[in-house]
Amino acid sequence: MAKVFIDNKEYEVPNGKNMLEVCLSLGMDLTYFCWHPAMHSVGACRQCAVTQYRDENDTRGKLTMACMLDANEGTRISILDQKSKDFRAGNIEALMINHPHDCPVCDEGGECHLQDMTVMSGHNYRRYRFKKRTHLNQDLGPFIKHEMNRCIQCYRCVRFYNDYAGGKDFGVFASSGRVYFGRSESGTLESEFSGNLVEVCPTGVFTDKTLHKHYTRKWDLTSAPSVCHQCSVGCNTLASERYGGLRRIMTRYNGDVNGYFLCDRGRFGYEYVNDEKRLTRAAQKENTSGPEAFASVRKHLASSPKMIGIGSPRASLESNFMLKQLVGAENFYQGIPGTEAGAVNTVLEVLQNGKVKTPSLKEIESYDTIFILGEDLTNAAPRIALSLRQAAKNLPREKAYALRIQTWNDAAIREVVQGETGPFFVATPYATKLEDIATSSFHGDTSSLVSLGKKIAAHIRKGEQGLANHDEETGFASATAKALSSSQKPLIVSGTGMMSKAIIRVAASIAGALKEAGKEPGLVFAVPEANSMGLSMMGAAGALEEAADRVAKENDITAVVLETDLFYRTDKNTATGFLNRCQKTILLDTLENQTTPEVDFILPAGTFAESDGTLVNNEGRAQRYYQVFQPKNEMKSSWAWLDMMIHNTEDARPFDAIVSEMAEHIPAFDKIKTLAPAADYRIGTQRIPRQTHRFSGRTSINANVSVHEPKPPVDKDSPLSYTMEGYQGQPPSADIPYYWSPGWNSIQSINKYQIEVGGELHGGNPGIRLIEPQEDGATVFEENIVSAGKGRFEILPAWDIFGSGEMSALSPAVAKRIPEAAVSVSEKALQGSGLSGAEKIRINYHSGDIVLPVKVDNSLPDNVLLFPKGFKETAGMQFPLYGDIAGV
Amino acid sequence: MLSSVRSLWLVFLKMFRKRVTIKYPEEKPYLAPRWRGRIVLTRDPDHNERCVACNLCAAVCPTDCISLQATEDENDRRYPEFFRINFSRCIFCGLCEDACPTYAIQLIPDFEMGEYNRQSLVYEKEDLLIDGMGKYHGYSFYEQAGVAVGVKPKGGGENESEPVDVRTLIP
Amino acid sequence: MNEIWVHILIIVCVLLGTVTIAAGLIYVERKMLAVWQQRLGPNRVGPFGILQVVADMIKIFFKEDWIPSFVDKKVFIIAPTIIMLSILMSFSIVPFAPGWVVADMNVGLLFFLAMSSLGAYTIILAGWASNNKYSLLGGVRGAAQMISYEVFMGLSLMGVVLQAGSFNLTEIVNAQKGMWFVIPQFVGFVIFLIAGVAETHRLPFDLPEAESELVAGYHSEYSGMKFGMFFVGEYLGITLVSSLITVLFFGGWLGPSFLPPIIWFLVKMFAFILFFILLRATLPRPRYDQLMSYGWKLLLPLALLNVLVTGAIVLSTN
Repeated sequence: MAKVFIDNKEYEVPNGKNMLEVCLSLGMDLTYFCWHPAMHSVGACRQCAVTQYRDENDTRGKLTMACMLDANEGTRISILDQKSKDFRAGNIEALMINHPHDCPVCDEGGECHLQDMTVMSGHNYRRYRFKKRTHLNQDLGPFIKHEMNRCIQCYRCVRFYNDYAGGKDFGVFASSGRVYFGRSESGTLESEFSGNLVEVCPTGVFTDKTLHKHYTRKWDLTSAPSVCHQCSVGCNTLASERYGGLRRIMTRYNGDVNGYFLCDRGRFGYEYVNDEKRLTRAAQKENTSGPEAFASVRKHLASSPKMIGIGSPRASLESNFMLKQLVGAENFYQGIPGTEAGAVNTVLEVLQNGKVKTPSLKEIESYDTIFILGEDLTNAAPRIALSLRQAAKNLPREKAYALRIQTWNDAAIREVVQGETGPFFVATPYATKLEDIATSSFHGDTSSLVSLGKKIAAHIRKGEQGLANHDEETGFASATAKALSSSQKPLIVSGTGMMSKAIIRVAASIAGALKEAGKEPGLVFAVPEANSMGLSMMGAAGALEEAADRVAKENDITAVVLETDLFYRTDKNTATGFLNRCQKTILLDTLENQTTPEVDFILPAGTFAESDGTLVNNEGRAQRYYQVFQPKNEMKSSWAWLDMMIHNTEDARPFDAIVSEMAEHIPAFDKIKTLAPAADYRIGTQRIPRQTHRFSGRTSINANVSVHEPKPPVDKDSPLSYTMEGYQGQPPSADIPYYWSPGWNSIQSINKYQIEVGGELHGGNPGIRLIEPQEDGATVFEENIVSAGKGRFEILPAWDIFGSGEMSALSPAVAKRIPEAAVSVSEKALQGSGLSGAEKIRINYHSGDIVLPVKVDNSLPDNVLLFPKGFKETAGMQFPLYGDIAGV
Repeated sequence: MLSSVRSLWLVFLKMFRKRVTIKYPEEKPYLAPRWRGRIVLTRDPDHNERCVACNLCAAVCPTDCISLQATEDENDRRYPEFFRINFSRCIFCGLCEDACPTYAIQLIPDFEMGEYNRQSLVYEKEDLLIDGMGKYHGYSFYEQAGVAVGVKPKGGGENESEPVDVRTLIP
Repeated sequence: MNEIWVHILIIVCVLLGTVTIAAGLIYVERKMLAVWQQRLGPNRVGPFGILQVVADMIKIFFKEDWIPSFVDKKVFIIAPTIIMLSILMSFSIVPFAPGWVVADMNVGLLFFLAMSSLGAYTIILAGWASNNKYSLLGGVRGAAQMISYEVFMGLSLMGVVLQAGSFNLTEIVNAQKGMWFVIPQFVGFVIFLIAGVAETHRLPFDLPEAESELVAGYHSEYSGMKFGMFFVGEYLGITLVSSLITVLFFGGWLGPSFLPPIIWFLVKMFAFILFFILLRATLPRPRYDQLMSYGWKLLLPLALLNVLVTGAIVLSTN
């Protein structure tokens, strides 16, 4: 701790901070632009000027930048003295001389850091009389809108895009007054994290194009704390609604998970919520729709039919649990193929029984040596890739620290590091995007990756003699093993991407070996979907194959299908067979898909925007998400429908009742009861408002329908209210619906919600870890058998950040970024089959064949083909497949 | 005590003064041309809608009686998709006119809009939009703002210089 | 037999007359307030808006008589009737003209004081029964105000009683044949006037119902004809105090004989009613503590002094 003086008041502050961080952490208002809590200081914008004094007798002081001033013992500054105040106002006036002042048509208006800082600094009248510099804009693709005139040259965008997120196609151009931030020519931003520019940019240069299409000011949005449903990481988000449609997703800060950033799939993949094909009414096949349809569901259930349930990894824990309650534990099946279920269950098994900790996303950034085995993180769980990029910088940074450069001094550190990245080893079937920071990489099919992993584990345990012959594989294995062994904090990253149990177990064994060697290893697994982990923890009688077998054996079964498109999860024959053999099928889902026309009853389920629930992410962290708005149709949370079906009622029990019933039945979920405040939680007597205090149009929104204002809906499932009425201060950390603080309208007001900037939220970061390592847990998870199927080629899934998300791919903006479905194959393999130069090839696999365009990828082993995972063309395929190729 | 008596006397004398109120509606009061009554939406000199759907009027409205949704034309020019004022809630305070950065919302000297049916007091954009520029002639927001939306080329606005050439190396 | 009919006739006349005047005051007050505020006032119903009274009466009779669920129902209903009853009872001792009196009691003045004390119950009970903090505050204020000002009201009249040598109002009027008591008893007159305003809790002493602080004070929860009773009760109170001032200090029906006595009485009474309205149009409401200290620290000593001096003079002249 150090003692510093700010405006003659004494404060105790932690060591290793700069004065800007200190001032903001203490809740003071100090203007800044270039500093960002995740990217630290460069001292470029000169906006956080303060006066520094030598000691208490110094009356003159000198101007200095707070973000470049170490908070040492005895540091003495003033924020409020006239000299620095004038400097800050003058500085912003200079920054604003070319600003176009087009706030009325700027999407940032009302949540603009530049607006806030201008008001805070006191500059309010333009004195500059000359012409404004202008820029031409670029088309940056379907996500980001570019308006360069508004730029104030803070450099945050390049620092994030290039330095933090490792982007290559963006930069800063030209010199002096012409400085330009963009691409070398118009075109789509390639980075998977380009959406963060919207939040990183302090003004309206980069804005959300999906929001632009249905623009609403921040103050008019009804928002709720949500959790991203588009992959397994479970980033915290703020989902916002207006006029009954979801308008945008913003980052909800969670110091343990996503921090300040989201990936583009999470940020822009929300638009399926507004799809025209949403199911909005209960329906009975070729019969009625509306409440009568649900009445007939109840009538059918009253005859107590034999039931099975198909659970879903994209439905909440509560929905899956209620389905389990409805059909009984022995009749509850996971709605995913056996290979996927096997892989996810293996992840759960090694995490539950292992000795090695699985770190949170934030903790990933603290490891220094990384080994990735068989997972394309940038596409399967993008936010983990971003954290890994930070972890890769840790060891090279030590060099800078050795030169006594402070941890926050970003520019100086980068000067020392010169783009070097730490020991970073990647072993995957195909070249992934993370290889640009890799020390060394290796490509192989499943069995060679498994054997590679075994070698590494053996090397760590026994040293060099653990390895027999010397080839490429062995060389890579020994380099990796040496690097891992010499690190104190090595991290092993793997996942279900190859749908292989063996890969997962061998990754766990490597981590186990490191643990035995006295290291503090971490073990991270990516799993396929938002609640894959939760579904696995729920326990089931089997996967889709078992359910299909069961239906084939018994012919009087009613199947209750929860948020599962059978044609997406399994092949057409199995799905049709299943649906035909069931006596009756009841589907709870959100969108029309291939399954909907085939079932007998449809109940419209809410997406994350219209329902409450809990998800368990890849780390085993349970997180609550809240309903954003009350839809004006029959949509309900799936658990609510199921509760009404179980109890044969017209109205569901409140959410808390479901949660406590679940905690009672499944002890693993006991902690979920304390995950977030209960529905009767009040601050004083007040709820937490979903709307800002400036929410407009209350008496006019519905006036076209009726001039009489309706009673606002009451939320019985959460302590949040659907209106602007309620407590206006800071809510508990799990229930923050939007960030706002007096004078801080932009997303930067997060500072006020944290104990110290970039740190924990007041009241602790939300979310509870359900899986912790066992003290006496296993360290060895050997699996010898890699069962190979018939065929010359192993066909593996190629993940795509935009194409592989079942729901997010339906969002128009995301859909524009989905590449054409093609089979990846190496040139050598093509030559071997005499198909060199073929544009399309036919691939025969055990359960069918498909014709796909060819994409040559020479990083692939010669015996591996890649199919895009989860694309329209490849939906329902159960990887890994084995097959041969032929000409068309 | 005496001042109270004096007050009583002075108030008593008001009896013989001229009345300040008139018999409305038989007699109409004089309304200044800039008197603020009913709200209209005006057009710019090019006969386009002035409203850019910035939402400031809605935000400032003390009775929350304005709601609108922004949308764009093919040139990315922003305008309201719908613009609704619930006049049964409006108090004619004129804050929306103050807040409007484009002179789109203006209050005109007409206040006689009594209705027997409250629903008829809900005015949509079609009811609000007039054909002229109202009180402010010749002003066009998009000529001033830094965005090019088909009104002018980039850098062609008032007080703007030509777009810079990013590739030049001249200092 | 005939005498009884005459008596009944007088009773009916007084009852109808006073209630009609009180109702008419609704219009008079609104019109006069407008006159003094340079407005036009009610002018829509009938010529000069004169039928406004009728419109108001119709409205108030047909309004929903809402009794909130949380009130003490019986007391809530009884409270407004008390004020009507007690004030109408007080009118029985007022001589409008020679012989035009319902009960020519020899303790007339004491009867009036007793009845006006009863009026305090209206406010206390209404405030209490409404079960509402504003009403209760209004009730408490009203109770304290009425009890306080009653003291000086009684004392201020003692000078008149001393000079007339009787509590009987007819005799008091007759005692003013030489000179109206307003001249020897000027201090008493002023105190009675102020106390009268306070007793009827008219502006500027309307603290029990101060709408800017207490919504509508003790009658916040009242509506329909129950509210109407408070309303008419207030005007009856004005009429009563005005007629008592006329009787006690301005020689009642006495006056030059070109007009009949009853007209003289009415002219004087209306002059004071208008004065009450002028007060309302002019003076702001004092703070509550100012009202109390004004009463106890100024009016009470003054009233006592008045009794003392009058007593001394009467003693010395006899």
